Amino acid sequence: MFLKTITFAGAFALMGSTAIAGCGISAGNVSVLSNDFPAIQAVVAAANECADGNVTVQANLTKDHKDIMVAALTANPAQYASVIVTNSTLVTLMNDGLVRSIDDLVAKHGAGLNKSQLITINGKVMAVAFMANAQHLFTRTDVLAEAGVEGVPATYEDVLAAAEKVRSAGLMEYPVALNTKAGWNLAEEFVNMYMGTGADFFKAGTAEASVNNEHGVATLEMLKSLVAYSNPDYLTYDSNATQAEWEAGNLAMATMWGSRGGAVLDDEGSTAEVVSGTILSAAPTWGNGARPASTLWWDGIAISANVSDEDAEATFVALMNGITTDVVMANNDAAVWLVEGYVPSAASAGVSGTAAGGAAPYPMVPFMGALHTALGAEITDFLQGSESAEQALSDVEAAYTAAAKEQGFLK
Amino acid sequence: MKNHTFFWFILPSLFAMTLFIALPIISVAIQSFHIEHEAIMIEVENCGPFGCKQELQVDVEETVKLKDARPLGQFNGFGTYTNRNHLAFTEIGEAWQSSTGLFDFMSKAYNLPFYRALAFTLTYTFVVTPLVIIFGFMIALGVNTLPKAIKGPTIFISLLPMIVTPLIGALILFWMIDANGIIGSTLQWAFDDPNLSLKASPTLTWMMLMVYGVWHSAPFAFIVFYAGLQTVPADTMEAAMIDGASRWERTRYVVLPHLMPLTIFISLIQLMDNFRVLEPIISFSAQASATSLSFIIYNDLVGNESQFFGSAGATSVLTILGVGILLIPVLIRTWRDFNQKVV
Repeated sequence: MFLKTITFAGAFALMGSTAIAGCGISAGNVSVLSNDFPAIQAVVAAANECADGNVTVQANLTKDHKDIMVAALTANPAQYASVIVTNSTLVTLMNDGLVRSIDDLVAKHGAGLNKSQLITINGKVMAVAFMANAQHLFTRTDVLAEAGVEGVPATYEDVLAAAEKVRSAGLMEYPVALNTKAGWNLAEEFVNMYMGTGADFFKAGTAEASVNNEHGVATLEMLKSLVAYSNPDYLTYDSNATQAEWEAGNLAMATMWGSRGGAVLDDEGSTAEVVSGTILSAAPTWGNGARPASTLWWDGIAISANVSDEDAEATFVALMNGITTDVVMANNDAAVWLVEGYVPSAASAGVSGTAAGGAAPYPMVPFMGALHTALGAEITDFLQGSESAEQALSDVEAAYTAAAKEQGFLK
Repeated sequence: MKNHTFFWFILPSLFAMTLFIALPIISVAIQSFHIEHEAIMIEVENCGPFGCKQELQVDVEETVKLKDARPLGQFNGFGTYTNRNHLAFTEIGEAWQSSTGLFDFMSKAYNLPFYRALAFTLTYTFVVTPLVIIFGFMIALGVNTLPKAIKGPTIFISLLPMIVTPLIGALILFWMIDANGIIGSTLQWAFDDPNLSLKASPTLTWMMLMVYGVWHSAPFAFIVFYAGLQTVPADTMEAAMIDGASRWERTRYVVLPHLMPLTIFISLIQLMDNFRVLEPIISFSAQASATSLSFIIYNDLVGNESQFFGSAGATSVLTILGVGILLIPVLIRTWRDFNQKVV
């Protein structure tokens, strides 16, 4: 944590922001737990400027935040006054009543916020979103052009056709990649693709899963067609692997996170040829589906229930200081910011296009996590060809049902 | 040693073992008999940057009341143990009824997560343990005959696989066996098959994990055997030589019997360690093709939105039972040897 603080101080010095130290907090302890990627680093670095004699700022940025957040916030007083949450982690914290409603704080300190940034559940503001993320298509237009495909594929059927042309032209044997590492990543690809059909994951108004249907089967078939054009090692590919393959110039089309866009398009880690040919565009649609096959995510600020009002307010104000227009302008390409002052760029075209195409947000129901886990474990058998799509989906539902019973969502 | 001297001698470690081993195991066992309270849900309007939607949410106030009343959750008895994600009694029963033969039944059982993990765990344990002992013994014999000057460096190099942290060692191998890595591309060249991938096929993944297991654990067996070799009585060896015993016969009839207690010790440790195999599955991202009991526990607790403590507890208790069953033959043998020596 100490090292992180130093890093932030360094980042702050480089950013050359003009904000005044102190930021209007008289006293309190600011503490933040969050994921670790450049956009959040920028936000926390700016929040760190609020530290002075009476105010301490502590931040723990870690990829493993999901594993520790419930335990850390269950303690009273909580270990962290704030967690940077997403659609899915906010639900996990709310299930146990670990975050507070922040209507009063927003009324007092949130004058500059857009109304769309407020995450309102049952009429209460539970979080303030500051950036959006989604998986969408990355295309090497130069490779596609060489194979005789013009423009950027708009549907997954187009992706398959283009992949076949790239392969038969002898340009690449495995032109396609998705984040298909067994577990959370693969399940997320299923969720994305299934979203493209417009169908729901659960029977309306209940916690009963309903993915074993024609939409689920079609989704699996489409995933299998796509991975046929992926490297045989696809079940080990996570975001880091796909980004590395992309920057190495081994891919022509890939579905990757929008938050990787900035890193792919910068002048590090790749060749000018790859970067200049790369176009980021909306997630494709498929079948007869109208909406892009992707899920929209937001990252936002939530405040712990088990901290003093003073610390809660200090933390909220400090993090508001982290998402000012100045910070956003200094880090424009690090994310698709939902904050005033953000200028859309080539790196954000994919996420913006996906949202504009009408993609749905990741479901915020409390039992989605159990289904996600079941999907990640059970659909590999189908992709490896050892069982039918129907069998795989019925396994998913059975595994989910057992898990949901254990969590009290089903009897 | 007098009984009460022994008692005071053992007391500190007895206390530490109760505190750090027995009590946590009991708490895990208690947890495994409970599931979470029934979630009371309400439909609410949910608004954000991407619009509004009616969605089910947990009614926090009601749920908190339930939790305060009974913090452990609902008592579920052996419900978690017998459900589909663990021993799956119902599913196994149905599979038995509907199966056309033993093979069909096995493949249906293999579709259930617990039995799939058990299959790999047992295969891994029973392949890796004997190989570790055999390789360890052979390396020890080899090193023992080396001239003194190169003995030290050789021992150090032989121990390297054990010195490297398992997770890191496995990651290094994972990159080396990649299609672009040195081992992966050499294999492709050797078998003349550009599509050969150690990570893609379940069979090759199993083999790779077991090769890793042997590579990682053989140094442990080696160093124990090597220490044992220094204690082989020189008189007996010389007598055997005078009797005209060949090198093989000396090893078979003098060295091996002498090292038997060490072999039992190594099998005991290795059976326990291998039954708990986890690191290579994580490092090799092998969960699509191979899972172990420890991996199921890990997956219940890490990397996903929700954590399943009851389920993880149940698998932990089953793993402890499994280790117990595995060790019974070895322990019986040790006990018998011990009694013989006393008499």
